[in-house]
Amino acid sequence: MATFARLADMFLLRKLGGAGLEYLYRMGVMGLFLLKAFFYVFIPPLKFIRVVKRVHFIGFQSMLVIVLTGGFTGMVLGFQGYNSLSKFGSEAFLGPMVGLSLIKEMGPVLTALVVAGMAGSAITAEIGIMRITEQVDAMELMGLNPYRYLVVPNLLAIMISLPLLTAIFDVIGIFGGFLIGVKLLGVGTGTYFGEMASYMAMKDIMEGVYKSLSFGIIIVWVCCFKGYYTGVFTGFGAEGVSRATIQAVVLCFVLILAWDYFMTSLLF
Amino acid sequence: MIKVEDLHKSFDGNEVLKGLTLEVKRGEVIALIGGSGCGKSVLLKHVVGLMKPDRGCVIVDGKDLSTLRGRNLMQLRDRLGFLFQGGALFDSMTVFENVAFPLKEKTKLSDDLIRERVFQELERVSLSGSEHKYPSQISGGMVKRAALARALVTDPEIMLFDEPTTGLDPVIGLAILNLINACHERFSFTGIIVTHAIPKVFDIVDRVVMVHEGVIRGDGTPEELMDSSDPVIQAFVGNEGAA
Repeated sequence: MATFARLADMFLLRKLGGAGLEYLYRMGVMGLFLLKAFFYVFIPPLKFIRVVKRVHFIGFQSMLVIVLTGGFTGMVLGFQGYNSLSKFGSEAFLGPMVGLSLIKEMGPVLTALVVAGMAGSAITAEIGIMRITEQVDAMELMGLNPYRYLVVPNLLAIMISLPLLTAIFDVIGIFGGFLIGVKLLGVGTGTYFGEMASYMAMKDIMEGVYKSLSFGIIIVWVCCFKGYYTGVFTGFGAEGVSRATIQAVVLCFVLILAWDYFMTSLLF
Repeated sequence: MIKVEDLHKSFDGNEVLKGLTLEVKRGEVIALIGGSGCGKSVLLKHVVGLMKPDRGCVIVDGKDLSTLRGRNLMQLRDRLGFLFQGGALFDSMTVFENVAFPLKEKTKLSDDLIRERVFQELERVSLSGSEHKYPSQISGGMVKRAALARALVTDPEIMLFDEPTTGLDPVIGLAILNLINACHERFSFTGIIVTHAIPKVFDIVDRVVMVHEGVIRGDGTPEELMDSSDPVIQAFVGNEGAA
């Protein structure tokens, strides 16, 4: 009986050890993937036309959803902020509250989550399908580097698009807050924008820009990696692509929120 | 030209190649035959460096593929052409863009010259008029022919074909094999054809190699293999031939 228990323990330990090693290995592969992607950003030739196409895909095609999300987020902030602030007679601070919440936190985070859900999942599915139909292999066998075609253009495109989308989100959000706070609930226009201007500094805006840049890198890193390694880490066929896409989006969401916490608490 | 020495490869503890050794001379075309799952396609992927062996080596033109990295591997691959079983055409590009892609990316030819070369190649594979279509809009046989055009457009020295006739009707299958033969007569490439098209493929190859349980079971001219007294070879060649 004791021997059996010892064997069971050893089996469990071996299983745990194996899973731990596998996890470390995957993290290593993922880290190297990011390093390689950045390496090829600086090694010519750059596929400029592909970068422009990806800016259109990631940036332009996400714009309508960003405008809608930003507008409604700002409107909700307007309502909630007014309700909370009016309890202390501080409705005048609605502008700074909406502005700072959006620019420092909600704008970068929500924009990144929307882009991860829309463009990120599409990137994973696209590269994943290319992988399982051997299109990536075909590229390699032509003597071409798949990173240059599939990863670098997405990386550069998201680093251009995401800060711009975040800026649009912030502006529309502030306008949404203005609609509710000023036009519906009666806060003065001058008060709303005046107080916002006096409480907001360039540092706050840059905080949002740094966050959106780093979120963009996370999205492309995770989504390209999951697509590129479809069939290796996520199973084969259509099921493998579907699993890779789900994993990519979930991992993006978790990493974006976790990284947001670390950036907010440590860096700013 | 291609030398495979004592190649071993396992997947999840299942040994697919068990010390396979093979040599293909320059300009020679061989057919690689064998039962499904015997390791033919795995061998082909080792020859182009898409897979790394557990043990043994693949030497192409004197260079050990397992030691080649980065630019050196890319340079070697510039001389290779590979016809994938499913074609592996880029599905977001038209047939024309697919065939033009390696020329655009790997050469400094002008757009006019690329256009001319692509149309020439498409005509050879009887795909004139389909250049504007996407892979999803054409039949399986046309996909194979477009993939063949893409593989041959750069005039490769070594051509590898992974089941070029699988999934095609006998007439189109034969047409593809004849096309491969015609291209070989024109370019004199060194070729390996993984196929089940027995005995049709025997007409266009110099040698037939049979892989069985991860090793070479038979190696000789088509006639030698047909006359082999080995029951495994006879059973396979006979059965496949009858089919």
